[in-house]
Order: sequence, then structure tokens, then C-alpha cells
Amino acid sequence: MSETIIFYLLSGLAIVASALVIGQRNPMYSVMLLIASFGALAGLYIQLDAPFVAVAQIIIYAGAIMVLFLFVVMLLNAPQEDAAEWDQLHPFRQRGVARFGAMLAALLIVQLGWALLKMTELDVPVGGETSAATVSSVRELGRVLFDRHAFAFEATSILILVAMVGAVVLARREGPQS
Amino acid sequence: MDLRFAVQLGIIGFIFFMLINASAILVLAERKVMGFMQQRYGPYLVGPWGLLQPLADIVKLLMKEELRPKGADRWLFTLAPILSVTAAFAAFATVPVGAETTFFGLLDEPVKLGAADVNVGVLVVFAITSMGVYGIVLAGWSSNSKYSLMGGLRASAQMISYELAYATSLAAVILLAGSLSIREVVDAQAGFWWDVVPRWYVFLQPIGFIIYVIAGVAETNRAPFDFPEAEQELVAGYNTEYSSVRFALFPQAEYINMATMSAVATDLYLGGWHGIPLLDAYGLSWVTFLLKVGLILFTYIWVRWTVPRYRYDQLMGFGWKWLFPASVLNLIVTAAVVLYFNV
Repeated sequence: MSETIIFYLLSGLAIVASALVIGQRNPMYSVMLLIASFGALAGLYIQLDAPFVAVAQIIIYAGAIMVLFLFVVMLLNAPQEDAAEWDQLHPFRQRGVARFGAMLAALLIVQLGWALLKMTELDVPVGGETSAATVSSVRELGRVLFDRHAFAFEATSILILVAMVGAVVLARREGPQS
Repeated sequence: MDLRFAVQLGIIGFIFFMLINASAILVLAERKVMGFMQQRYGPYLVGPWGLLQPLADIVKLLMKEELRPKGADRWLFTLAPILSVTAAFAAFATVPVGAETTFFGLLDEPVKLGAADVNVGVLVVFAITSMGVYGIVLAGWSSNSKYSLMGGLRASAQMISYELAYATSLAAVILLAGSLSIREVVDAQAGFWWDVVPRWYVFLQPIGFIIYVIAGVAETNRAPFDFPEAEQELVAGYNTEYSSVRFALFPQAEYINMATMSAVATDLYLGGWHGIPLLDAYGLSWVTFLLKVGLILFTYIWVRWTVPRYRYDQLMGFGWKWLFPASVLNLIVTAAVVLYFNV
């Protein structure tokens, strides 16, 4: 019973915080709300018997990536988005783009509804041999990651390296170095 | 509510109480040790030997007027100190403080001394410590003051840089113990080599221990790495605009973080509550633990009043060019040895 209450509290927090992220005029608040949303998600992972995933979520997303976000927002020092100029100039406010966005949103809602209907048909046993606890054990996770998915793992790391090198090349100043 | 649950609640309450006290004791200890190092008495007027000085400090801070600058961000200005101190308390949640005990035979089954026992305890401590930076950064930004902002920016850059070395040095210990649970890491260090040398990981991981302690000093923003509040440059850094209780929460968070750092170092490198067989036999393992934590905390204070502050670029250069590569090298060598000897 108490687990159900906690589940609804956490998922409610995640949804409300995520929705508010978009609605904020102050990017600082958006960052904080996103952190709250990540925290609620980590709580949900703990409820699913996956403490390692929950902790990884906090360390990587809430602890590292969001600090970088905060850093950038602070350095740019953009406390308020100027709404009036956005309305006229921003390409997302053009009529054609708005229609396309609305179409995509409708498509997403249909897909979500379809997926939810499908879910009730599937009768997945909870627990049993492949329970979340065994899947999410650190030892098991490491073995699968570096054994069965070794190629995907290495390919991803090269992809990230390429992005890093690209960022350095783009940010480098042209001309003679002082 | 059964007895076991009540005892566990009692332990949690006691640890919470002791953490609050830790900041008071550390404030006094810091001023006393500083006094002795500078050949003077330190506080000695309030109570015998100045023991009630922290109480006087707290009463003074409570009486102060609470101010908020006009241009400050209302919500984040209030949230920042709360976030700081909450993260500090929460980080101690998975740190065990003693062996299983029946409290001198009062209980039928032994209980584990510690707020919570989680099988990924090391990572939980690390995750919550990394959340602590938000308090300082938000305090710096929301104050709407250039000194505070500079302090906040420095804090975030410093903590991101040293977190890497800190986590990597911890990973080497985890490899040796083969477990992410702090209690299991401690129990892997029980006993002695040749009946003399305790099997502590500090002897297997001397470089890792040094890296951990240095990164720990930087993570808790203490001298010689106290750039977020460098008085000579930034007035008081991120907490310049704070007053009264809100101000008091920042040093409290810092002292609790120090206690957590020392407790984790004791558990992972110094064998936790193992080492004094006589105390173990009487079920007083937590005394051994407290002694070791006290020793590390004294070293923290000792370093603060001995070593002058670095320059900011030296700090970043040292973190990225020396400490982090050294910790990665340490991890690789440890991994190779563990793999080769299959220990």
C-alpha cells in the first residue's frame, strides 16, 4: 500500500516537474526542476529494485550533466527570456512549423495510447528468474556490457570521442595563437 | 512496531544528533588547534576551557537579523542553504560506523551500526556528495552579487574537477574488495598480516589514499583549496550576502561533509572499526572507528593552518594534469594486479 502511494508521489513529481521545465521563463528554474525530475526518476528505479541504476542516474544526470547545464546558464547570465522578440523572430513561431509540431504531438499521443493498450495485453510475470534485482546487479551488468554488447559499447565510446574532438575543433580560435 | 525497528530508528536518530554535534565540536577544535599552532590559547572564556564557545556562536547567529538583498532571487536564495545542509546529512546515510553488535547482550539478534545498509553504498555516498555543489552554486548565483557569483563559479569548476580523481581513487578500493557495499569493504580488511600489520587498504593503496585525501580537501572547499570563499579576493565568496541561520547552515554543511569524508576514508582505507582487538572483544568497535575519524579530522585542521592557499590556475592545473592522471594510473595498475593474481 505504502509502495503504491510512494510510486504515485514520485511519478507525479516527475511529470509535474518535467512539465514545469518547459513553462519556466527563467532558465535557472528550468535546470532545478529538471534535477527534481531526475531525482524522482531515481526514486522510481529504487522501487523497481534497481539501486545501481538509480545511483547511476543521480551521479551522471543530476550530479554531472546538470552541473554543466547550470554552469552554462550562469555564465551566459540570461535571467529572463524576452518573450516579445521571441514571438516574432523565432522560426518555431512560424505558422508552418507550428502546424508540423502539432501534427507530431498528435502522432505521439496516438502512439502512446497504442503502446498503453498493448501493455495490458502482454502478461509479463513480475519477479521470477529474471527479476530486476538479478538484472541490475553490478557484476551482471558489467559482464553483459563488456561481453555481449562489447561492440556497441566501443562504438558508442568512439562516437562520444568524435563529438569531443569536433567540439574542440569548432571552439578553437583561427589564426596565429598568442 | 517491533524492537528491531525501534532500535534502528534509535541508531539513525543518534547518528543524526552526532552529526549536528560534529559541526559544533569541529568549530571548537578548529579554533583551539589554530590557537595552539599560532602560540595562543584560542577561545577560553565561555565555559571551562572554552567548551561552550560553539553554543555562544550559535545563539549569536540565531539572534542576528535575516537579510536578503533586494535583487536576490527569492526562492533559490532560500533553497540554497537548505540544499547544502540536506545533502551533507544525507551523504552519511550509508556510512557504517561499527560492527554488528547486540549492545552488550541487550538484544537477541545483532544489529548493524549505521543508518542504512545498501549494497551500492560507496556509490550512494558519491552521488549525494556530488549533489552538494548545487547549494553553493545556487547561493552564489541567487545572491545577485559579483563576489558571490565568482565564488559559486569557482566552486562548481573545482568540484567537477576533483570529483573525477576522488571517484577514480575509490574505484581502486572497490576493485580490491570486489564489492560496492561499504560494510563488505570494511570486513575485507579485518585481521592482520604476519600478526602485526593490520590488513588495511591504505598499505595496498598508498597513492590512492593520498589522492583521496587531497581530493577530499578540495571537495569540501577547505584550505589550501578554499577558493569559493577566498577572503582576500572575494570578501567571503558564495555566502557573502547571507546572514543569521541561513549563513550558519553553510559552515555546518562544510563540517558535516568533512566528517563524512573522514568516515568514508576510515571505512575504505583504514579498516573501519577493525584494528584494536581488545575493543572488538568488548563490542566497542565504534570507539576504534571514532578514534580513526578523529585522527583524520585533526589532519584536516592541521593542513588548513599549515599550508597556504594555492593560486586558482594552479588548483585547476594540479587537479587535471597531476591528480586525475595519477588516479587513473593507480586504477589501471590495481586492475592489472587484481586480474593477474586473481585476489
